[in-house]
Amino acid sequence: MKPRFGVVVFPGSNCDYDAFYVLKKLYGYDVSFLWHKDSCLRNSDMIILPGGFSYGDYLRTGAIARFSPIMNSVIEFANKGGYVMGICNGFQILLEAGLLPGVLIKNNSLQFVCKDVYLSVENNTTLFTKGIEKNKVLKIPIAHGEGNYFADEDTLNSLEDNNQVVFKYSSPQGEVNDEFNANGSLRGIAGIVNKAGNILGMMPHPERASDPVLGKSDGKYIFDSIGKFILN
Amino acid sequence: MFTAKVLIKRRPSILDPQGKAVEKGAAHLGLTNILNTRIGKFIEFNVDTDNKEAAEKEVNEYCKKLLANPIMEDFEFTLSEFTPSENETK
Repeated sequence: MKPRFGVVVFPGSNCDYDAFYVLKKLYGYDVSFLWHKDSCLRNSDMIILPGGFSYGDYLRTGAIARFSPIMNSVIEFANKGGYVMGICNGFQILLEAGLLPGVLIKNNSLQFVCKDVYLSVENNTTLFTKGIEKNKVLKIPIAHGEGNYFADEDTLNSLEDNNQVVFKYSSPQGEVNDEFNANGSLRGIAGIVNKAGNILGMMPHPERASDPVLGKSDGKYIFDSIGKFILN
Repeated sequence: MFTAKVLIKRRPSILDPQGKAVEKGAAHLGLTNILNTRIGKFIEFNVDTDNKEAAEKEVNEYCKKLLANPIMEDFEFTLSEFTPSENETK
C-alpha cells in the first residue's frame, strides 16, 4: 500500500508543487493538494504545510494562515496523532497554531538568506529521521527572512530534555556553533517535533534537495525515512 | 460605534534585530543619544457596536488570538467613540 500525502495550498504558498513533485513523481506516492478553504484531508497519512508566503506574511508569518478552514482539520488531525510536516512557512504556521512551541523572528542579519546549509541530525528516533544515522550531516537549502527560532529558556530546556530538537545548523562536520548558525536561532535550532513526535517543523527545504538532477539530494534521507516507516 | 487603537510591543526579553539595525541608521545620521530602539505595531479599526463592554471583549479577543502573538508580544488598546472625521484620509 502506498502512503497518502496531502499538501495544503494557501494563497501565497510557493513550495507546494515542489513537495508534490518529490512525493508523487520521485517516490510515486498518492498525493493530493488540499485547498485552504476546504476542510477535508482526503484520508491523508501525512499533511504537508509547504513553504511560501501565505497571506503575504501580513501581520506575522503564518498568523493568518493559521485561521484557514483547512487548519481546523489539520489541528484536529495532529492532536489525534496524525503526522504533519511544516516546511519553512509551514513551520511558522505550526508555531502560530500552537502545535509546536516558540516563535520565528527576523533573521539576526535582517537579510533574506537563501543558501545551502548543513544540518546535524540530533534526533533519529522520529518518523522523519528514523532511517538516518544519528549526527549525520545533511546539506539542505534554506530560503527565509524569518527563521530565527526563539523560545524562553524553560521551553528550550524542555525541548532538549525531551529530545524534541531534530535538526541544528552545523558545520559540514556536524559542529554546532555561531559561525554556522544561519539566522541567529537559539541553540542553533533548525527543526523540532512536538512531544509526541508526530509533528515536525523545519526551516530548511528538503523538497528542494531531493531530485538528484538539482545537484543535491540529502532531502531524500528525510522522505526515505517517512516513506519507509509511515505505514508501519 | 467605537474606534480601537491597538499598540503591539515586542516583549522586553525578545531581541529586536530590526530595532537594532534602525538604530545604526540613527548613528549614521549623527544622532548619538538614541538608545534601545524597539519596533512594534500600531493597528486601528472600528468596532460596530454601541455596547462598550462588548466592544472591549471583542477587541481583546482580536488582539489575543490574532493581532499579537503572546509568546513575543504584549498589547494594549484604547477605545473611543467613533467620529467620522478621524477616519477621513485628508
